[in-house]
Amino acid sequence: MSDIAHPATSAARVHAAGPRAARLLPYLLSLPALLVCIGILVPFGTAAWYSLQRYNLAMPFMRGFVGFDTYLDFLGDPDFWNTVEVSAIYTAATVILELLLGLAIALLLRERSPLNNAISVALLLPLMTAPAIAALMWKLMTNPGFGVLSWLVSRFGLADFKWASDPHTAMLTVVLVDIWVYTPFIMILLLAGLRSLPTQPFEAARLDGVPARFVFFRITLPMLMPYIVTATLFRLLDSIQQFDIVYAMTQGGPGDSLMVFQVRAYLEFFQYTNVGRSAALMMILWALTYALSNVFVKQWLRLRERTHGAY
Amino acid sequence: MARIDGTSAFLARGLRTLALAVIVLFFLFPILWIVLMSFQTNEQILRIPPSLLFDPTIVNYRALISGKLVTAAGQLDLPFMRNLGNSVLLSSVSVLLSLVLGVPAAYAFARFRFRLGENIAFTLLSFRFAPPLLVLLPLSLYFQDLGLANTYTGLVWVYQLICLPLILWIVRGYFEDASPDIEYAYRVDGHSWWRAFTRIAIPLAGPGIAAAGLLAFIFAWNNFVFALILASADKQPVTVGALAFVTASGIQYGQIAAAIVLSILPTLALALYAQRWLVEGLSLGAVKG
Repeated sequence: MSDIAHPATSAARVHAAGPRAARLLPYLLSLPALLVCIGILVPFGTAAWYSLQRYNLAMPFMRGFVGFDTYLDFLGDPDFWNTVEVSAIYTAATVILELLLGLAIALLLRERSPLNNAISVALLLPLMTAPAIAALMWKLMTNPGFGVLSWLVSRFGLADFKWASDPHTAMLTVVLVDIWVYTPFIMILLLAGLRSLPTQPFEAARLDGVPARFVFFRITLPMLMPYIVTATLFRLLDSIQQFDIVYAMTQGGPGDSLMVFQVRAYLEFFQYTNVGRSAALMMILWALTYALSNVFVKQWLRLRERTHGAY
Repeated sequence: MARIDGTSAFLARGLRTLALAVIVLFFLFPILWIVLMSFQTNEQILRIPPSLLFDPTIVNYRALISGKLVTAAGQLDLPFMRNLGNSVLLSSVSVLLSLVLGVPAAYAFARFRFRLGENIAFTLLSFRFAPPLLVLLPLSLYFQDLGLANTYTGLVWVYQLICLPLILWIVRGYFEDASPDIEYAYRVDGHSWWRAFTRIAIPLAGPGIAAAGLLAFIFAWNNFVFALILASADKQPVTVGALAFVTASGIQYGQIAAAIVLSILPTLALALYAQRWLVEGLSLGAVKG
């Protein structure tokens, strides 16, 4: 990570002339921030340690080192594979649908006009709503007694549509809330990307009478790719860790139908007081996100350099 | 695109307008509906079919502000205003602390090339992407031992995980965008680096710092899981408090809706005010709007 172009080269000269104390300066400036966070990082090491123990708060006398047994137990545990499956479906459904919808909206709003700008600002409101609160809003709207959406689908012949209380439609409901909250995130990033693209290739294509479909797949999409990849990775990392929406909507239920990773770990900890299992689940999720975030950082840096440039 | 005859151009325009109308409806309707609900009595809410026409009432807000909720079983004391106060306190103190810690660090990363510098910067960035429960669950045990369980201090500390990476990376971008030459000239005049930092660098990055602060405030406000795990009812912000509303039985639906409106109003207002910087904030400074 140290091989990236760094804009401090010319700036470094400003301070290079200073005495030795000046060399310590950047450390003095950045260490307080780091120290405050490292205090929080200690639990990370603890979590790793807990995951190697048999550790249940309700049975402290049973506590002991068991190595990777907890992890190995997961392999034959249908509950664990259910969590993997539910998380995978949730992540894939939200990221793919949000990407397609966000891209479509960004393309629709591409021209700078007062109306388009107003719409793009208005669409930010769901994104700025706390996800947990958003889930409550949808819970009210899908209430079987008075929910406006329940009433709406009953008009289309789905009189007994139970939304989040039915295991068959619970996933659909939370994915819908996730789409409502986070599609604007993809939209706003891709819109910024679209509007920053150079205009010459598009003008040339227009003068040559290149068909719209060809322009989209051969010019727009490739040039937009860094933005698409960054936005997708952002969402992927958040979506695989989704907790707020699922917990506020159904706390993982009905049954096990929405037991995503973090909700399962939360319940293992607070309901079954099984610290060891909960920690092992979180370590697995961390390994997944760590791998993803390495890919993410590369893409993100590329975009960042383009935005801030080097001098 | 060379030749599109009149009718199909007209059709395309019509489809585009229709699509935009559907999109705006989908994304704004839930907010509108909840706002309307918050001005209705239970009888009006339970009416079928739902109606946009009703006599607005402010009883729900009055009940929330007085903290005495009307339920099916009688009166219930639920100090929602306290949750609102907690949200304001937690978010603003967290952001202030993050600014004090983050702005000097951002300056260091932008202006100096130093050993481990980038590693430290990326470590701070990585907090944005670690699963929060990984740290929160052991932390809930530690906080018991440290006496930080259910304290504002403990919460503000943990909230740094949200605010600090955001402020650090956005403000760093602003420092990098400002040319160091002005600071250089100022230093050559015999001023200390501290004066250069406070008199030149910070004012130049001022708008960026303000924007980063506003965004960090919004994200801190919207956080749910930290307080859910580390705080009990008297320290919880609105995000967790509102959940208690829905699970408590018999509370009138209009009061839930009013609580939701009060919970999201501050962030929505700030977002509209800060919309110019949202793209930058959401991408942690990687994309400019």
